[in-house]
Amino acid sequence: MPERALAGVKVLEYADLISGPYCSKFLANLGAEVIKVEEPKVGDRSRSVGPFPNYIPDTEKSGLFLYLNANKLGITLNAKTETGSAIFKELVKGVDILVENHPPQVMEDAGLDYTPLREINPHLIMTSITPFGQNGPYRDYKAYDINSQAAGGLAYVTGDAEREPLLTPWGQAGYQAALNAAVGTLSALFWREVSGSGQHVDISVQECIASILGDVISFYSYMGTVRPRCNTISDLAGVTVWPVDIYECKDGYVNICVLEPHQWRGFVDLIGNPDWATDPRFEDRRLLYERTGREEAPDLGPLIKETLKRYTVDELFHGGQQRRIPITPVNDAQGALTFPQLNERGFFVETDHPKAGRLRYPGAPFKLSETPWSLDRPAPLLGEHNEAVYSGLGYTKKDLLKMAEAGII
Amino acid sequence: MDRYALSTIRIVDFTWAWAGPYSTKLLVDMGAEVIKIETKKRPDIARWMPPFPEEIPGLNRSGRFNKRHRGKLSVTLDLTTEAGINLIKKIIGISDVITENYSRRVMKKFGLEYEAVTEIRPDIVYISLSAFGTTGSYKDYVAYGPNQAAMSGLANLTGYRDGPPISFGTALADPTAGLNGAVAVLAALYHRSKTGKGQHIDLSQTEMFTCLVGQPIMDYVMNGRVLSRDGNRDQIMAPHNFYRCKGEDKWVSIAIATDEEWQAFSHALGDPPWTKDEKFSDQLSRWRNQEALDRLVEAWTIDHTHYEVMETLQKVGVAAMPALNGEEVCHNPQLGERGFLVEVDHPEVGKQTMPGVSMKLSESPGAIRGSAPLLGEHNHYVFGELLGMAPKEIAELEESGVIY
Repeated sequence: MPERALAGVKVLEYADLISGPYCSKFLANLGAEVIKVEEPKVGDRSRSVGPFPNYIPDTEKSGLFLYLNANKLGITLNAKTETGSAIFKELVKGVDILVENHPPQVMEDAGLDYTPLREINPHLIMTSITPFGQNGPYRDYKAYDINSQAAGGLAYVTGDAEREPLLTPWGQAGYQAALNAAVGTLSALFWREVSGSGQHVDISVQECIASILGDVISFYSYMGTVRPRCNTISDLAGVTVWPVDIYECKDGYVNICVLEPHQWRGFVDLIGNPDWATDPRFEDRRLLYERTGREEAPDLGPLIKETLKRYTVDELFHGGQQRRIPITPVNDAQGALTFPQLNERGFFVETDHPKAGRLRYPGAPFKLSETPWSLDRPAPLLGEHNEAVYSGLGYTKKDLLKMAEAGII
Repeated sequence: MDRYALSTIRIVDFTWAWAGPYSTKLLVDMGAEVIKIETKKRPDIARWMPPFPEEIPGLNRSGRFNKRHRGKLSVTLDLTTEAGINLIKKIIGISDVITENYSRRVMKKFGLEYEAVTEIRPDIVYISLSAFGTTGSYKDYVAYGPNQAAMSGLANLTGYRDGPPISFGTALADPTAGLNGAVAVLAALYHRSKTGKGQHIDLSQTEMFTCLVGQPIMDYVMNGRVLSRDGNRDQIMAPHNFYRCKGEDKWVSIAIATDEEWQAFSHALGDPPWTKDEKFSDQLSRWRNQEALDRLVEAWTIDHTHYEVMETLQKVGVAAMPALNGEEVCHNPQLGERGFLVEVDHPEVGKQTMPGVSMKLSESPGAIRGSAPLLGEHNHYVFGELLGMAPKEIAELEESGVIY
C-alpha cells in the first residue's frame, strides 16, 4: 500500500449533489477516511439525478452519485431529528473535517452550525458551501447552478450578444465551489498543524464564480466599460485577425488559440500560405492595432472560417501541433473517452459496484509521485456502513433496529 | 495568531499566462511568499493583455496581469546564462515549492527538472502544470484553456439548441487548473509536514478538466449515448432559463425544481390563469411544455427589472437571480456586504477593483497582500535581502544582463 497524502485525516460529509461531494472526493482520493451522511431512504439528491443504465432510475445506479462518491463510506442519518442531531454531534467529535452544503438556516435549526460544533470539537475544520455564504442580505436566498452562474457574472458573458445568456452546463458552478472548498479546507488543515486550532471555512458559490471571470471585473474597473457577451477574444476586439475560437471543419470542430506571432506564422503555413494571410502587417497584432486602431483592422474572420472547412479535425490538430500552434479537437464524450493521450496515461479508472457493475470513471485530476491518488472502493450503497460506523460509537444491533424503525437511520 | 495559513511557505513561480499564476494567486492570498521568475526578454503574455487604463498598453498596466499576480514578488533573470542558473538555484535552495508550466524540454535544458532540483532541495514540492501531462505521445503538444474545454467534451456540450459549440464566456479551464494545482500543492505540503518528504506533481490540464464532465461521460459509459448541446435546459427542472427583463440586455435566471416551488411562483405572480393550465400541472408536464412555458414566464419578467424579479421570487423561496454584468457584479449588495471586492492601489494604474479571497477562513483568513509587482520590482529584496548579495554584485549582474 503506497503512502497517502492525507493518511489519518477523518472527514464527515453532509452534502448533496456536486459541490460538497466533489470537495470531499478530493480528500478521499488523497487518503482521508470520508464518512458520508445521507438522508434515510432517499439519500444524496444525486442518487435521483442519473444518468442511469438504460435510463431506469435506481438510487444505487446513478452515474453522478457513483462517480462523485467512490472511496467514501456511507451511513444514513436524519440529522433534523433531536436524536439524529445528537448522533451527528457524536460523529463530529471524532473527525478533523466536516464538509456540508446545506442552507445556513437548516444547519442552525438542527443545532449543527459552527458555533455549537466548535464547542464539541475545537480542532474541527468545518467547510460550509452555500450559494451566497454565511452572511449578507442574500444569505437565505435559493440558487441552483444556473442561478449561481447568473449571480456570479459568468452567464452574462457567455453566448451570443444578440441572444439570451447561456448556461455552462452540467453543474459547473458546483464543481468550481468544490475546488475552492478543497483549497480552503486544506489551507485550514495545514494551518492547524501550526496553530492547533480548527476553523470555519465559508464558501459562497457566487464568489467562486466571480473569481474566475477573467477580464470582466477588470474591464469595468480599468475602463468603466461592461465586457460584452461574446464567444471569442477576437470578437472582443471587434474583428478577427488571429483565430481564437471554435471552428467548423470537414468532419467536426476544432478549437484554435493563436495568441503569439510565431503561432500566427505557423497557422498561415498550415493553411498553405494563401495570399490574403501573408501580409506581414498581420504578424504583429498589437502593432497592427496601434497603427490602424482596433476598429479599422482588417477582419480575416470570414476567410479563416471558409478555409478551415476544407480540412479534417486530425489534419488541423496534428498539423497544427507540429507547427507548435494550440489547435485541438472539440471532443464529445466518446471522443474524450477514446482520446489517445488520456488513455496512454491511464486517466480513466475502472471499478466494480455491487449493483451498477463494472464501470469506467474519470480518474485522478493530477498525479502525485509519492502519494498517488487511487480508487480503492466504489461508492457506498445507501446506509452500507451503518453498522460499522455506529458500532464504533457504541450502538448495538438492537439500537440500530430501533433507530431504523424511528426513521432516524 | 497569524492570519495566514501559509506564512511559512516560499514558492518559486515559473508559471505564466493564467492557469499557473491562478494557482499561486490562491497560495499567495493564504500567506505564501511567491517569487515570480520573469525576464524582460520575454515578459508574461498576460502583461500584454487588455484591459489597460485609457487603453494605453504597458507591461505593468494590464488588468488581467495585475489581478492574477497581486501580492507576488517579481525578479527578472536571464536563465539562458550560467550565472542566471546559479542564482535561480540559490533561490530554490531557500524555497519550499516550485511551480512551472514550461514544456519538459525547457526545464531540463535549464537543469531545473524535478530530479535535478531534489539535489538542491530534497524535500521540494514541485508541480508541473502542463497542457497534456509529462508523459504520453502528446506530452509536447501545446494548448491554452479554451483548448482544454474542447478536449474534455464540455465545450461540445455548451451552446444553443441545434447551434454550434460555443467558447465559454471566460477560459474556465485556466483558473480550474489553478485551483487543482493549489489543492495538489496543499496536499503535498501537508504530507511533507508529517513526513518531511517532498514530491513531484504531474498535472495534466486535459485530465483535471475532464473530471468536470461527470454526467455526460457516465452516460456514455453506461449507455453509449453521446449527449449534445441543449441550451439552457435542465434534465429535470422547468422553467430553467434566462428571461428577458425591463432594460437593455437585462436577464434573470429562474429555476423551478418542485411542485412546491411552482405553486409559490404562481402565487407570487398573482395566480394568472395560465399557471393553472394542465399543461403545467406537474414537473414532467412543465418540462415537456417548457417552450410554451418560457414564453409565458418571459411575458411576465419583461415588465420588471431583473432585481425586482429576484426579490419577488426569492421572498417565496423560488430560485431567481439576475445575470449580472461586470458593472453589476461590482455593485452587487451581497458581494458588497461580504467585502468580496477589494480596491488595490498600484503605482502605475492607481486604485483598481478586483475579486478578493475566494474562500473565507474564520481564523486564518488570508488577504490581498499587495498590488501586482512591476517587472523586476523585487530584484533587490530577493538578491540582496534573501540571498545576502552585496549591492555592487547585484549592479554587476544587472549590467551584464543576467538580472534582466
